[in-house]
Amino acid sequence: MSEKEENILPIETPTSEVEVDEAPPEPTSDTNVQPKEPETTPVEEPVITIRGLVKSFTDHDVLRGVDLHVNKGENLVILGKSGTGKSVLIKCLVGLEWPDGGTINILGQDISTLNYSEMNALRLRIGFLFQNAALYDSMTVRENLNFPLRQHKKKMTQEKREALIMEMLDNVGLADSADQLPSRLSGGQSKRIGLARTLILRPEIMLYDEPTTGLDTGTAKEISELICSTKKKYNISSITITHDMHCAKMTADRIILLKDGIVYAEGSYEDLEHSEDEWIRTFFY
Amino acid sequence: MQPTLNRYQRSKDFFYKAGDLTAFMLRFFREAVKPPYEWREILYQCYLVGYKSTFLIGLTAFIMGAVLTIQSRPAMASFGAIAMIPGMVAVSVVREIGPVITAIICAGKIGSRMGAELGSMRVTEQIDAMEVSAINPYHYLVVTRTIATTLMIPLLAILSDAIAFIGAYLAMNIHDSMSFRHFFQAAMAHLEFVDIFPAIIKTFFFGYVVGIIGCYKGFRARRGTESVGIAANSAVVASSLAVFIIDMLAAQITDLL
Repeated sequence: MSEKEENILPIETPTSEVEVDEAPPEPTSDTNVQPKEPETTPVEEPVITIRGLVKSFTDHDVLRGVDLHVNKGENLVILGKSGTGKSVLIKCLVGLEWPDGGTINILGQDISTLNYSEMNALRLRIGFLFQNAALYDSMTVRENLNFPLRQHKKKMTQEKREALIMEMLDNVGLADSADQLPSRLSGGQSKRIGLARTLILRPEIMLYDEPTTGLDTGTAKEISELICSTKKKYNISSITITHDMHCAKMTADRIILLKDGIVYAEGSYEDLEHSEDEWIRTFFY
Repeated sequence: MQPTLNRYQRSKDFFYKAGDLTAFMLRFFREAVKPPYEWREILYQCYLVGYKSTFLIGLTAFIMGAVLTIQSRPAMASFGAIAMIPGMVAVSVVREIGPVITAIICAGKIGSRMGAELGSMRVTEQIDAMEVSAINPYHYLVVTRTIATTLMIPLLAILSDAIAFIGAYLAMNIHDSMSFRHFFQAAMAHLEFVDIFPAIIKTFFFGYVVGIIGCYKGFRARRGTESVGIAANSAVVASSLAVFIIDMLAAQITDLL
């Protein structure tokens, strides 16, 4: 067993000791500790498989061999201290960062073998909610949602586009904000619009980069509920990067803890909450 | 040992950045011919670059023409060559002052705006958001803006030449009396094809460098709000310098004609 694998703590799960070259491990949500009831049962069919992911910036090794997988319909939450490479990891999935080593397989495609247009075709199947929503600030909310449709759904009539925009805004509870500029929106509203803009292209996978950071407790809870309802409504598989344990508890089917660039521990929220490991417990208390 | 290493690192950085800028500039020609063509965004950028700069360019050109006439008058009068003033103003405005001043003003006004706008989009992850939505940000942001500056700066330069003539004509009439028709004919009598044509051609290059360098500086801004200011500032400095270098090359080439 490699040093990296030895470092992954088995959290009361016999399946967490994974042989790298074998099939992806069983999700630990079916361990003897009862996890939260998932709204849609994840199917054990990996949509994302990462093996030995390595990424460095000049003299700093951020990811040192990350192995993980996400099953269809599952929400995997990634926790870790700041600077452990959580955001870098999900940016590697959409080609915003390119890994130095390892393989990333998404929806059956090894992304290192894809050319620019193939990568763009894959990106259309993945949604990415940025930490600060990244709304186009020169466009109104309506134009923000219309922009990806204009680019990718050229044959869709303006009426259909408008109906779809209003449906998505309605889903996030902001149908009356269509003509506002992003600068007029609160942090929580921006996140909702960011989510609506991402979902308008009906992705199969969602990547949430710290969706509740900078929000008050109530708004953070609303965003977490929105993540859960989105997953339920569209049966989306997702990865959520967060520091917010309430968000993790509400949304996670499974949690991974990153430490020093590797997967340190893996399990359900309850598994990890009752862990004996002192470092893991720091996240919960 | 340390200063040698620093010099080595600085040289390496310089060549890396020069190579990166060259690749960024050449990429424009590949991307510009690739569909989809963002006509709406191009038109909007033409409006921002062209129409929104008209007043500033016009006012500067008017002052420039008037000042050139007023300041050259005493020297010309001492030679008894006041009648030569329209021709002198025409040649200097059309060949040099009009295009260069227009390009420099655009570098300050438009280059800095593009550097700051794209820099801010980079910092707030809007460019990344385009990338992950499978929208080519270079194609949508850089190509449209660079096409707009390449088309609009020549038009602004022609406009500035015309307004500078009016300024020169009015300044001429402070001390002397000359009809506009007479002034215009005297000016045109000294202008030849080799004065006008290369001057217009070089403004396309001015427009291209102002747009592409402004976009490059914004596109390559690093994380952090400070980098937005740096991008805007360095866009002005680099594109103004590029304008002068192109002007010098154009002067050398025109000299051969």
